[in-house]
Amino acid sequence: MATEEHSEGLAFHPMDQFKIHPLFREIEPGTCVPDQGITDGCLKWYEVTNATLWMGLSILAIILVFVIGTRGRSIIPSRIQSIAELAYNFVHKMVEDVAGHEGVKFFPYIFSLFCFIVFANFLGLLPKSFATTSHIAVTAVLAVAVFLTVTIVGFVKNGTHFLGLFWVTSAPLPLRPVLAVIELISYFVRPVSHSIRLAGNVMAGHAVIKVFAAFAPLILISGMGFLVTPLSILAITAMYGLEVLVAFIQAYVFTILTCVYLKDALHPGH
Amino acid sequence: MAFPPNGHQCKHGFLGDDMATETTGAVTTATDAAAGLVTEATTTAGHAAKAAGNAGMPQLDFTTFGNQIFWLVVALVLIYLILSRVALPRIGGILAARQSTITKDIAAAEELKAKAAEAEKAYNQALVDARAEANRIVAEARAEIQKDLAAATAHADAEIAAKSAESERRIAEIREGAMASVTEVARDVAAEIVGALGGKADAKTVAAAVTARLKG
Repeated sequence: MATEEHSEGLAFHPMDQFKIHPLFREIEPGTCVPDQGITDGCLKWYEVTNATLWMGLSILAIILVFVIGTRGRSIIPSRIQSIAELAYNFVHKMVEDVAGHEGVKFFPYIFSLFCFIVFANFLGLLPKSFATTSHIAVTAVLAVAVFLTVTIVGFVKNGTHFLGLFWVTSAPLPLRPVLAVIELISYFVRPVSHSIRLAGNVMAGHAVIKVFAAFAPLILISGMGFLVTPLSILAITAMYGLEVLVAFIQAYVFTILTCVYLKDALHPGH
Repeated sequence: MAFPPNGHQCKHGFLGDDMATETTGAVTTATDAAAGLVTEATTTAGHAAKAAGNAGMPQLDFTTFGNQIFWLVVALVLIYLILSRVALPRIGGILAARQSTITKDIAAAEELKAKAAEAEKAYNQALVDARAEANRIVAEARAEIQKDLAAATAHADAEIAAKSAESERRIAEIREGAMASVTEVARDVAAEIVGALGGKADAKTVAAAVTARLKG
């Protein structure tokens, strides 16, 4: 009886929050089954979805902080201008420290990635919002963009000398081919770990919050709720605090790894 | 047990009053012969899709990838353009302007500090000069006073000397007078004594004898 009530009252759908749906229509069930060649109702590539909406809101937030916030160009900055300057200095210093002076040329590119991730992460933490960066398709594109950029820059800057990255001259000669294979594999694993780290962190945090949230209404169903509901609300609060940290730290990690890869491309010597 | 109505029943039961009923319903009537089979197929397909939608991760729903990637690329390009064309040059400019303002202010402060030091030096110099001047004036005054004092002292000395000389002269005079009186008295007394003793002495002899005695 009790279990029946539970299954009726508590709804565990932690992954529903990541669903992508078009904003202006419903996908009719059964009209998008690619396995059977039914794709009539599938999402078109140009359709505006909830993911599109939240990416757009990220852009708006970026414009608000970095364009409208700095409109005053004041020597003594306003609050929003200080945030913009803080972000600028933070990423600029990171690029200069990690990738070297040559890396500063790529500062706008790296700063764009940082801004997108940080704003998407934080907007994704708003209740009822959609976390763009929880989707592997998004983070994979970011990571592959970094991977391609770094690889192309490496070859353009250093020519075949870039392959020295895989030929560890400081190791004994017989070991070098083995190390070269390992280095090559690790080089190609970079975009995978780079993208899954970000999406995994964001998704896991949001899903855990949702699971706790599903426990919260237990008080409306059974006496157990007097214990479980406060606990789950406390857990949601704690997880949310952690997610705020994660939102920033993951953006930071993504950015600093981009700088590290860029340094490898600019100075391939070990 | 008729197959087609049963199929219809099942389909309606499953999809309810969903819009899909209309479309799939149209399909079933069109393919009249194998209507049941078709509906059966669509139902299972619907089931499968629903099951996949509920259980699978939305992250692995590849039908959304094209859409996500397209909009992501649009968003990234926009962000890059906004930041690299407008925001970053502006913020860089603000930071450079602030840096130059700070440098300028520090230079100005440095200059003012030098000026203050100079002013202090001038002030100290003036103080030293004033002190020297004061000392000079004091010394001058002292010398003048000294001179006046010396003159006054000399004048007083001269007066005192004159006065004492006068006094001495008068004392001498008095002494002279006294001497003369004593001689006179001695002479008179001598003459009287001589007379009393019965001798006869003229004044001349008595005077000579007294004078001789007085000298002796």
